[in-house]
Amino acid sequence: MRFMICAAPDPNAPKTEQAPPSDELIAAYMKFNEDLTKAGVLITAEGVNPGRQGARLGIKDGKRVVLDGPFVETKELVGGFYLIDVNSREEAIEWALRCPTGIGHDDILTILPMTDGEDIPPEMMAIIEKVAPTWLRHQAGWKKE
Amino acid sequence: MTASATHRAIDAVFRIESAKLIAGLARIVRDVGLAEELAQDALVTALERWPESGIPDNPGAWLMATAKHRAIDHARRSKRIERKHEEIGHAIEAEQQHAAPDLEAAIDEDVGDDLLRLVFTACHPVLSTEARVALTLRLLGGLTTEEIARAFLVPEPTVAQRIVRAKRTLAEAKVPFEVPRGEELAARLSSVLQVIYLIFNEGYSATAGDDWMRPALCEDALRLGRILAELLPKEPEIHGLVALMEIQASRARARVGPSGEPILLLDQNRARWDHLLIRRGLTALARAEALGGAVGPYALQAAIAACHARARTAEETDWKRIAALYTALVEVTASPVVELNRAVAFSMAFGPAAGLLLVDALVSEPSLASYHLLPSVRGDLLVKLGRDAEARVEFERAASLTKNTRERAFLLERAAACARASARTD
Amino acid sequence: MKFMILVKATQDSEAGTLPSEELLTAMMKYNEELVKAGVMLAGEGLHPSSKGARVRFSGPNRTVLDGPFAETKELVSGFWIWQVRSKEEAIEWVKRMPNPMYTDSEVEIRQVFSPEDFAPIDPTGEMRAKEERLRAESEERLAGKK
Repeated sequence: MRFMICAAPDPNAPKTEQAPPSDELIAAYMKFNEDLTKAGVLITAEGVNPGRQGARLGIKDGKRVVLDGPFVETKELVGGFYLIDVNSREEAIEWALRCPTGIGHDDILTILPMTDGEDIPPEMMAIIEKVAPTWLRHQAGWKKE
Repeated sequence: MTASATHRAIDAVFRIESAKLIAGLARIVRDVGLAEELAQDALVTALERWPESGIPDNPGAWLMATAKHRAIDHARRSKRIERKHEEIGHAIEAEQQHAAPDLEAAIDEDVGDDLLRLVFTACHPVLSTEARVALTLRLLGGLTTEEIARAFLVPEPTVAQRIVRAKRTLAEAKVPFEVPRGEELAARLSSVLQVIYLIFNEGYSATAGDDWMRPALCEDALRLGRILAELLPKEPEIHGLVALMEIQASRARARVGPSGEPILLLDQNRARWDHLLIRRGLTALARAEALGGAVGPYALQAAIAACHARARTAEETDWKRIAALYTALVEVTASPVVELNRAVAFSMAFGPAAGLLLVDALVSEPSLASYHLLPSVRGDLLVKLGRDAEARVEFERAASLTKNTRERAFLLERAAACARASARTD
Repeated sequence: MKFMILVKATQDSEAGTLPSEELLTAMMKYNEELVKAGVMLAGEGLHPSSKGARVRFSGPNRTVLDGPFAETKELVSGFWIWQVRSKEEAIEWVKRMPNPMYTDSEVEIRQVFSPEDFAPIDPTGEMRAKEERLRAESEERLAGKK
């Protein structure tokens, strides 16, 4: 089963100044990344730039509106994510518990299961095969390895 | 939107649309150079109009329609070859009338074939390698002349001239706008793959402090490779090349140290590798192998890279498999440099004596006579076998052959260490 | 450069409503186009938060909370990772996306960190050097324990 783990600030936590990460924290993160890699669990992990360089696109009544960053509601911004491949939801939670969060406001991790090929009803799969055969070939993660 | 923001947005639209636009126009006007000029004209018109009118809902169709009008104007203006061009003009008008309500669908239908024709034309063997690279980036990558010049560290007029001359050569040689068939396809495809890999390596050799345009070439090459892989999905070597580039690109973050010094593969922090690109590379390699392309030169190099990518730690590396893959690669490339790499793989798999045996066979190879890595590798194996005095001579020889000062210092240091070690044992 | 495109959850996506044939077809056409343009690195859908969980970190305490979660707007229902030339190109591709939801919706475009992004805050490579040193030390410690 594949899971996405997103790091985002806890909306209920009191606001604190964003301090640069300490040596211990950097080391703890490196160790965590190293453990995920060596356990063969990690699909990918990335940090995403603060909203400054991002944008949002709202779709309202069929119209598209582009809003440039930065965005004020920092509590809604994802700071980074992990994609992992594990055997169960419990294992995903277990890995999340080992994450040494604490950089700035990142103190809540949301663990969401990713859609796999087997989650897709056959009639929908038939449409996908017809319309997007090239894309489907690239969904390697949808198949059991 | 501010004017500069609109310009950046138009640049982005053009980057997405230009290859399709040029390819579609080239099919109609049968001249890649003219097609590119028409596409540029359409871009200029967009730059004039869009800041006021806003970007249209379907910018690709807008640009195509504008460029086609230009093509008709152009055909009418040209008196000398009037009849031929009028035919083209009528053909365009007929197509437009016929397809007016669904112009976009009409363009999309053939776009894959047109793009392929454009790829094979830009990489045509009548052109020099430099011209193929410049034309491919210009016509298919949507890069400007200035961007190409910055990426390759050459003056802009040089690139501009290269492109003008290349277009003229194509016109003079009457290179048909088509996809080669049968036996010709294999040879022509190998030229295309070579161009893409050249672009990738140019980006990969960029060092810290270089203009960001240089490393961006890796992404351009990958994008071209990924596009080509879906245009010709049954050609295994394209997937082999894509696999090789994805896996090499996955190490970009880990291969340079904090002060810009290169970090060797086995010393890299594997947590810094891009695991998403590794997965993509392994998938592409599996596609190449499933199509019966496991022994293609790119697929073999990708398979070697994949052995490293699969190993969670340097110690887990499957050197026996790498040694076997190098043996296969030696057979298809007949390259002494590949043979030297095989020797290193053999030493890792079966011990330094096995590696040395292969290196010794290369000592008399003329093409490696001034290649510093040959004595460097030999010295390394001799050290592992405890033959320090001989190793010292090899390192000194390697140091005299390298042009890189940092490397020379490193080799001389190894030579000195050998001298100290042999003094102790004497 | 890489961008992450996040589709925000809505009440429908949180209820696990499956897309109509029309929406699915439009979305798949779009995906197909992204792959053929060499832009798509990954694209995935996520199950509703009722199947997910949260871990809240507060000081030394960790609390596991089971889904669903109420603040729909903060949840993500799917994402893509693309390789493009510029933020403008990413926006241009997002504009071509069919509305992924039945209701009004929001799509967020975020740049994925690359080593060059650290250059302005780490011009001398000091932070990176520190990171490498700490890693080497922790490896040595681990090796020492074995």
